[in-house]
Amino acid sequence: MAKPMEEYTWRDLTVGNVVDEPGNSISYKTGDWKSQQPVFDESKCIRCAVCWNFCPDMAIYQKKDGYFSADLEYCKGCGICAQQCPSGCISMQEEVS
Amino acid sequence: MSNRIGMEVSLMVSEAVKQAKVDVIAAYPITPQTHIVEHLSELVADGELDAEYICVESEHSAMSACCGSSAVGARTYTATASQGLQLMSEVLYAAAPMRLPIVLTVANRTLSAPLTIWNDHSDIMANRDCGWIMVFVEDGQEDYDQTICAFRIAEDRRVLLPVIVNMDGFILSHVIEPYVPVGQEEVDGFLPPYDPLYTMHPDNPVTMGAFAMPELFTETKKAHEVALHESYNVICEIWEEWGKLTGRTYTPVEEYRTDDADTVFVTMGSFSGVVMETVDEMRENGINVGLVKIRLFRPFPVDDVISTLRKFKNVLVIDRTLSLGSIGGPLAVEIKSVMYNADAKPNIFDFIAGLSGRDVPPDQIAGIYHTAMDALKMGRWENYYMVGLRE
Ligand code: SF4
Ligand code: SF4
Repeated sequence: MAKPMEEYTWRDLTVGNVVDEPGNSISYKTGDWKSQQPVFDESKCIRCAVCWNFCPDMAIYQKKDGYFSADLEYCKGCGICAQQCPSGCISMQEEVS
Repeated sequence: MSNRIGMEVSLMVSEAVKQAKVDVIAAYPITPQTHIVEHLSELVADGELDAEYICVESEHSAMSACCGSSAVGARTYTATASQGLQLMSEVLYAAAPMRLPIVLTVANRTLSAPLTIWNDHSDIMANRDCGWIMVFVEDGQEDYDQTICAFRIAEDRRVLLPVIVNMDGFILSHVIEPYVPVGQEEVDGFLPPYDPLYTMHPDNPVTMGAFAMPELFTETKKAHEVALHESYNVICEIWEEWGKLTGRTYTPVEEYRTDDADTVFVTMGSFSGVVMETVDEMRENGINVGLVKIRLFRPFPVDDVISTLRKFKNVLVIDRTLSLGSIGGPLAVEIKSVMYNADAKPNIFDFIAGLSGRDVPPDQIAGIYHTAMDALKMGRWENYYMVGLRE
C-alpha cells in the first residue's frame, strides 16, 4: 500500500478494491499479531527445511550458516513450524516485549 | 412489422444472450428458469453460440464460476430462481463489490416453505441489498431488450456492476409472446466487446477480493454505494440510446394514463399488464386512475419516485411479496421511506397480491381501489392488505 490504511478515503480506493501493486503485502507487517514466537535450538536442527516449507507466511528464512530463523516482522506466531519440525528444535515462547 | 415473431419469453432471453455474444455461461437448472439455460446449452452444443457452457453442480458454484470468468475479462451470464438464488446469495454479495459485470436473469419464484414453484418476488427481495443493479421487466419484448442493455450497462466503465434482470416466473417465462428481434449488426454496434478495467492476467498480476481491515471496510461500502447510485445516469443514457436504435425507450419510472388521475397504482414487473387493462376499464366507468411502473429497483430511482408520486392524492402500491415482521411489502416500505422527505405527501396504501402465482384478475385490481377508497372515507387504514385473502 502506498500509504497507511487509515489514510485512505473512499475516493482513493481502486474500482472493486483491486490490489494493483503486486507483492505489496511486504509492506504490511503482520508480526505484531503474534503472542508467541518460535525459538530455534540449533543444536538439534538437522537443516531439513521442513519449517521453511510449512510456514504459511514465508516468514522462515535460511541464514548464511545453513540454519533457519524466523523473520519476526512477519511471523504471526501460529506454531506450525514448531509442530512440523521433525527434531523438535523449535519451541513457541511468550513474546516478552 | 414484418419481423414480429412469436416465441416463448425464456427463449427470447436466450436469443438476447446469444446476440450479446457471451463468452461464458455457468448455470444450474431450476424451475422456472430452466428453459433459458436449456436453450443456451443447445445453442452452444449446436455451434450457434461460441461460448464456454460450464455445467456446475449448484447455484453457489454457478455464481462462483461466473465471478472467476468475469474476473479474467470474459462476458459472463447466468440465470436462476428462488432457492437457487438463495444458494447463490453468498456469492452475489461478493460479485458486486468486486465490480464484476455479470448479467443474471432471475425468473422470480417464491421461496419455500410451503414448497411451491410459482411466482412472486420473495426470492429477489431476500437479496435486495446485495449491491447489484436490479431491473424488473413487464413483458417478453422488454425482457429481450433489457437483457441486451444489461450487458452494456454492466460493462460500462462508469458502472462496472453486475445486473439482475427480474422476470416473473411462469407469468412471463413460460408464455409465448410476439417480439421484434434486433438485427445482429445493430446489437454489435450497440454492445462493443467487453474491455475490462482490471483482469486476472499473469503479465499484470492483481489481487481481487482481498481482505479489508475495519480501517478500510467502511470506505469500501461507501465507494460501492456511490457507484451504484451513479449508475443511474448511465442506465438512463443507455436506455435512451436503445430507444433511438429500436424505437423502444425505457425509463426508470414510467407513467400510464396519469394526467388527470388523483389515484395511481404502483407496480413492478408483469403486474403492469393487468393493471393497465383495469385502468382502461375503470376510466370507461368514469374513475380516473392511472398507473406508475417502477422498472429500476436498484439503484432505487428516489428523485423520479418523489417527483412522480408527489402529484397524486392516493398511491396504491401492489407488492408481490410480504416483508415478514415488517409493515408490508418491500416496495411499499421503500416508497414510504422515500416519500417521507417529499414536499407533498400522498396517502400510501399497500396491497400484497399474487403470492406464489395466485391469479390477480382485473376485478381484484379494481377491488384494491375500492378498499382504499372505503378506508379513506373511514379515515383510517391498515399498514397493508392481502388481496384475495380468505378471512
Ligand atoms: S510460528 Fe507460524 S508464522 Fe511464525 S515462523 Fe512458525 S510457521 Fe511461520
Ligand atoms: S524443521 Fe526443524 S530441523 Fe528442520 S530445518 Fe527447521 S528447525 Fe531445523
